[in-house]
Order: sequence, then structure tokens, then C-alpha cells
Amino acid sequence: MRVLSIALNTFRENLREKLLYNLLIFALLLIGSSVLLTQLTVGEWDRLIIDLGLSSMNIFGVLIAIFVGISLVNKEIEKRTIYTIVSKPVPRYEFLLGKYFGLVITLFINTVVMAVGLLGVMLYLNAPITMLLFEALGLIFLEFLVVTAVALLFSTFTSATLSAIFTLAIYVVGHLSNDLKLFGEKMGEVGKAVLNSIYYVMPNLERFNLKGQVIHHVDVSASQLVLTAVYGLSYVVLLLLIASVIFQRRDFQ
Amino acid sequence: MSSEECILKTESLRKVFKVGFWGRPVTVLESLDLEVCRGEVFGFLGPNGAGKTTTIKILMGLIYPTGGKATLFGRPIGDRDAKGKLGFLPESPYFYDYLTAEEFLRFYGHLFCLSGTRLEQRITELLELVGMTHAKHLQLRKFSKGMLQRVGIAQALINDPELVVLDEPMSGLDPVGRKEIRDLILRLKESGKTVFFSSHILHDAELLCDRVAIILKGRLVASGRVTDLVGQGATRSVEMVVENLSPEGLDHLRPLAEKLLLQGSQALVVLKGEAQVGDALEIIRVAKGKLVSLTPHKSSLEELFIREVKGLQPNLVEGQ
Repeated sequence: MRVLSIALNTFRENLREKLLYNLLIFALLLIGSSVLLTQLTVGEWDRLIIDLGLSSMNIFGVLIAIFVGISLVNKEIEKRTIYTIVSKPVPRYEFLLGKYFGLVITLFINTVVMAVGLLGVMLYLNAPITMLLFEALGLIFLEFLVVTAVALLFSTFTSATLSAIFTLAIYVVGHLSNDLKLFGEKMGEVGKAVLNSIYYVMPNLERFNLKGQVIHHVDVSASQLVLTAVYGLSYVVLLLLIASVIFQRRDFQ
Repeated sequence: MSSEECILKTESLRKVFKVGFWGRPVTVLESLDLEVCRGEVFGFLGPNGAGKTTTIKILMGLIYPTGGKATLFGRPIGDRDAKGKLGFLPESPYFYDYLTAEEFLRFYGHLFCLSGTRLEQRITELLELVGMTHAKHLQLRKFSKGMLQRVGIAQALINDPELVVLDEPMSGLDPVGRKEIRDLILRLKESGKTVFFSSHILHDAELLCDRVAIILKGRLVASGRVTDLVGQGATRSVEMVVENLSPEGLDHLRPLAEKLLLQGSQALVVLKGEAQVGDALEIIRVAKGKLVSLTPHKSSLEELFIREVKGLQPNLVEGQ
């Protein structure tokens, strides 16, 4: 009940701050580019529209996850709105979970609306809609969950600017971690150890990227999907646990 | 007063903040002992930076003490049951300004797991109590400071708390706003609630409080009933206004007076104490003067406060 109230309040804040206006830009981008693509390209345009659609969904969602996520807790402390919440019978971890799920609701609605837009354009263009596309959408959302949890974790102990820098860095490293491991193989013992540990600690965000498979119609096995989902959700739980421990000890000055 | 009546208690409460890159320790609270009893209005007084807000933040579970102990309703800080009986208004409160007054109170009601008609009824009652019914559909970002303070008090009362803690509830308000908050505090007292509030506006505290504690630089320097504190070693003076007093009469009055000012046919005489009143009246009678007024001046909380501050920070006060 309390977590839900805080989550819905956070969602309401996002709505009233007109966060979902980004959907308009997405819609314009999608419609505009689909019109252009069908006129300019000969064949293959369905692949292009999928590529463009999934990429922009990912970028918009990640930007929201990072830039709203980093201020989830920070803003409450800076604006001192947290004072009246923590003094009520609300355990601190419930507040944190409420804030997290609030942004997750926003991201969910954002993703659903964008997905409907993309599917609409694909239907209009008679592009084939496969199960794989829905799997890719699901994993994009899972990536948002992880990135939001990273942003929330930083937001429990550092400033908004630093949180943004750290979360962006983790996002970039998270997409390059496979390359880092390969790069490590070619380095000396120390370099290999360092890059290997980064590979294992950082979230491997490339696991959530099925764009290539959708475009090239390469099926993904159910077990691989389940494994990725378990990996993503475990990562989220771990991050939220660490965030709760830090938040529990914090003084709100 | 028996100890079970005390619903807020601190023992040797201490807080040290670490500041700067190197974590230089700064002691904000030093061994603070407080006791607030059920049903009283307790004023927690001190100049800015004395440690009032820090103490309140510890009591509300917003920061952790470095040492000592604090309890609310006999339970340690952070206890959920104790928090359920507590209402809190922070200093210069900032609230979710995208909410309307009604949504705002509903949100806080949900945090106490209140819902349905009971909650809606409570919201209506509270908006009425703080005189904000007309603004219930208005977003908080459009509120004035006084309105925010009132709706802030309403949020502190949503759970019908036994103890209401208000941090500087009068600061930044105009005289009308201050009076409204004073009246609200008195109404809370009448309805049997315990009110603990911090302030540096001593006049308000003197009007409202059963007991006060004065804190300076993180240390408790005085506490007790306002009347007892003000009476302690306080010098009383008596002010008289006399008309048509002859020069001889004035000469006779002069030795009794601490101050004597002439303005036209009137003389303002400040006597050294109550003991001189009888003699002064006799001189006026003999000199055929006319007594216009006679006002005894009691030492105020403000004088006590200044005296205590002066004791600890002589340069500061004289500089002011």
C-alpha cells in the first residue's frame, strides 16, 4: 500500500512534469522517417524501420531512466520533501522501492505507447511482425529496469551530476563489456585481471539487445531468454539491496 | 511529573557532523537532555544554528545521533508504532508542489494506510481546521508561504497524532499568519495533543508554552516553566507616568528612579523596583501631582534569552 502510494505519486510527478511529451517526438520521428524511407529506399525498409524504431525506443527510455532516475532520491533530499515521508511510519527501503517502481511505471507506459506506435507503422507498411520483435521489446524494458536501478543506487549517495556521469559510464561500459573481455585476452596478466573483473561486475547490457536478431530473423532460444531475464532481474534486486543498505544509513542533512 | 507521562525524552544526545573533504568533525549537539510530557506545549528555543533542527531531525529519524539516547512514547527512534502517533512539520517545508491540497493530504493519508470515506472525511476536516477548504483543488506551487505552512500542519495532523512536532512553524510568516499558527497550536493543546515546537521568536513561545528549553551551541542552558524561568533572578521595574508634578516633587522622586524623562507637563519615571512604589506615590500625593499610569514590568523570556546568549557569546550579542 505504502510502496504503491509512493510509486503512484512518483508516476504522477512524471506525468505532471510532462515527461511523456517525449512520445510526441518519438511519434514524429517514426512517422517522418517511415514516410521518407518508403520513398527513398528500394526494399529492406522494413528492417530499417525496425532498427530505427527499436533504437529510438531504447535511447528515449534509457535517457529517461538515467536523467529521471538520478534525481529520484536526490531531489527528495534537496527539496526536503523526504522529511515528511521518513518521519511517517514508512521504512526507508519502502520509500526507495516506491520511487523505483514509480519510474518503472512511467517507463512501462512510455515503452508500451512507443511499441504500439512502432507496430502501427509496421502494420501500415505491411512489414512482418514476429514473436521475436516482442521478445526484443521485453528485453529493452528489462534493460530500462537495470539502468534505472543503477541510477537509483548512485542517487542514494551522490549528487545528481555525479550520478548522471556514473550511470552513463556504466551504460556505455555495459554495452562494451564483451569487447572489454576480448581486449583483456590480448593484454598482460594485470590488464586481463582488471578488464575481466570489470566484465563480471558491470551489467552486460548487450545481453538485452536483440535488435540484430530481429532484423536478421535469427531466433533466440527460450532458455536463453529466461536466462537473460533472470540475469537482469537478479541484477536489479542486487542493486536495490545495495541502495537500500546505503540509504538506510544515510543522514538527511 | 512521573516518568511514564514523558512521551519525548533525550538523554545525553550528541551529534557530530563530518564536514568538508577531510571529514572535519563539528559538534552540533552536546549532551542534550530533554523531557516533554503528555498534554503540554513545549517550546524548544535557541538562536539560529543552536542545534534545534538537528535535535528534531534526530527525533524524526532523519539523522542518526553520534551518542546518547532518544525515545518517543518510550520507544527507540524509528519505531513504527511511535511514528504512527507522531505528526511533523519541517522548517520551511517544501512539498510536492505538483499536487493539489486534497491530493497532497490523500497521499500522506495513504502512508498511514488510511483510505476510503474515513480518509476523505479526515481531509475535509483538516482543510477546514487550517482554513484551506477554498484551495483544495489548487496545486501547491500556487500557494503562498502562509498557505503552505497551514497545509503542512494539516499533513502533520492527518493521522490524528498524539505528539505534534513543529520546526520553526512561525518563521517567515507575517503577523496574521503567525497569529493563525499560534491559534492552531492552542487548539491542538485544547484537544489534548502534545505540541513540541522550535522557535527563535520568543514572544510566541512566551504566549504559548507551558514549558521551554533554551539551547545554545548545542547545549541546554535553561529549561522549565516559563514563569519560573522568567522569575529566576529577574529584576522587575515599575514605570510611572505623572502629570503636573512640581520641580520639588521631581527632585524628591529622582533618588528613587532609575530613569526620569520629562516631556511637557508629563514625567516618565522608571522606578528601581516594586519597593519604591509606596514612597513614590507618597511624594506625588504631597507634591499634588497626578498619576496617569503605573505599569509593573516583568522580565521577559527575551531578556532571559539575551542574558544566556550573552553569557556564552558576549562578543556576538554586543556586536549586534
